[in-house]
Amino acid sequence: MKKLLSNKWYVTVFVAPGLILFLVMAVIPLFTTGYYGLFNYDGIGQKVFIGLKNYKELFTTDPYFKRAVLNSFILAAGSLFIQIPIALFLAIVLANRVKGEGFYRTVFFLPVVISSMVIGQLWCKIFNSEGLLNAILGALGMANDTAWLVNPKTAYMTTVIPAIWQSIGYHMVILYAGVKNISPEYYEAAKLDGATGFKAATKITIPLLMPTIKVCATFALVGSLRVFDLVYVMTGGGPNHVSEVPATLMYDNLFVKCRYGYGSAQAFFIVFECLLFSFLLNLIFKKSEENASMI
Amino acid sequence: MKISAMKIKKTLIYLFLAVFTFIQIFPFYWLVTFSFKSNTEIFDSNNLVGLPKVWHLENFSKALMGGEILRYLLNSVFYAAVTVVVSTLLASMVAYAINRMYWKAKGIVAAIFSLGIMIPVQATLLPLFQGLDRLGIRGGYLGLMLPYITFAMPMTVMILGGFFKALPREIEEAACIDGCNIFNMFFKIILPMIRPGIATSCIFAFLNTWNELLFANTFVDDAKYKTLPVGIMSFVGEHSTNWGIIGAGMVIATLPTVLIYLLLSKQVQESFTVGAVKG
Repeated sequence: MKKLLSNKWYVTVFVAPGLILFLVMAVIPLFTTGYYGLFNYDGIGQKVFIGLKNYKELFTTDPYFKRAVLNSFILAAGSLFIQIPIALFLAIVLANRVKGEGFYRTVFFLPVVISSMVIGQLWCKIFNSEGLLNAILGALGMANDTAWLVNPKTAYMTTVIPAIWQSIGYHMVILYAGVKNISPEYYEAAKLDGATGFKAATKITIPLLMPTIKVCATFALVGSLRVFDLVYVMTGGGPNHVSEVPATLMYDNLFVKCRYGYGSAQAFFIVFECLLFSFLLNLIFKKSEENASMI
Repeated sequence: MKISAMKIKKTLIYLFLAVFTFIQIFPFYWLVTFSFKSNTEIFDSNNLVGLPKVWHLENFSKALMGGEILRYLLNSVFYAAVTVVVSTLLASMVAYAINRMYWKAKGIVAAIFSLGIMIPVQATLLPLFQGLDRLGIRGGYLGLMLPYITFAMPMTVMILGGFFKALPREIEEAACIDGCNIFNMFFKIILPMIRPGIATSCIFAFLNTWNELLFANTFVDDAKYKTLPVGIMSFVGEHSTNWGIIGAGMVIATLPTVLIYLLLSKQVQESFTVGAVKG
């Protein structure tokens, strides 16, 4: 049997089709983007090698980029410090034999399966000057006719809300599975020591859940840094670029301004940023995981 | 005394769950109600969140007739179906080779695919656009399907990998004694054994393809080949002032996923967690 499974010809037949497609359609384009980022290139004329000048422009003279990065950090912070704690709380509550647990999970997860396009359009209607939010405020005697997504002061924040809202269920479901994976023996032992409820959650569940929390935190962080869909649908980066994120700026540079080199540098910045921050997150979590292994 | 404190805590928890249920459901409830309303009723402050007084079913017939929603819907079904089948086939073979076969480079291949989960797809957008253009397939079915199949593979490799790993060696040994060739063994014995894994990865690939926006919006110009998410975007533009019809279009676009989800909610939730919790 080992002979059969180490036959080079069979291995090739199994691996080659998928691997070649993936190399051609994902890996090579990724490196091409990195390569384009070093050029002044508009897609028509000659590519001119300019080294790291695109990156220099990003961090110095680009009028929108800093704001865009800051915006993605705001979303990342909201995801890490609002979304995940809520998801964690829900996961722990639901994993502790709540009545109707399946119903709650189904409902909380629902927005995850719906397209960001529909979610974005729906929240556009909610934040419209004649939309649901203002109607509710009016009914409460706080009449308001702000067009939340058009007002530069509120445009980005009102884009962050649905982004956080949509994925709470996603993290909840992952964390829930993590909580369910914890052996009941730990709780029995804790019970003997008098730790139940809140105490059991903070002393046992959360420390033992750290590897899963790390996965959620990484997904939330990377997802925020590369966010595109919801922002593109709801504000398109406007008004006057106040709600841009790096991915919408990149899109604008590539397909509206035809600045292929510069847009590619932005794209590569997002890749770099995602890798860097997931690496940093790994370091941060390493310690808490070591603590967990001591329980 | 202790019991009443417990009771208060329990009540608070259920209250929180109720409030949160409301927050998650209410936007969708509102969408469904306004999809049946006329503009005057949508903006009528006396009946903002109530059921429609007159049910404007014509919003739905107008959305289906006037726009090309039906076409977009069928396109999306087609893209998603082909993507799920082809990516599952290719990725399952790669995952099998990585986890069950003996060869040197498997660590590298595994690393390449796991990188695919982390890499933001937008970083491939421009070169893909140019490449598909050069091949003359950008804008058609194939030009969108190939990227979809490609980017569905890494997660499938990861999900199925776990299932392959869990199989006992005896299965392949028994199959070998019976004089089975490797393709028969893989397709007739191994794949059927990991059916739950395949279901899980298929659901995940389906939903991701169905909801994808960036590629579909960038690569496809002709309305004939548009997917539902992009189609809805142009639909909203065309009917910008008629909220009822927009609502109807959005309900039509969402219904298939919601139905699948309600039928298979456990499997759907699982498909989003296997990749995350295993590692």
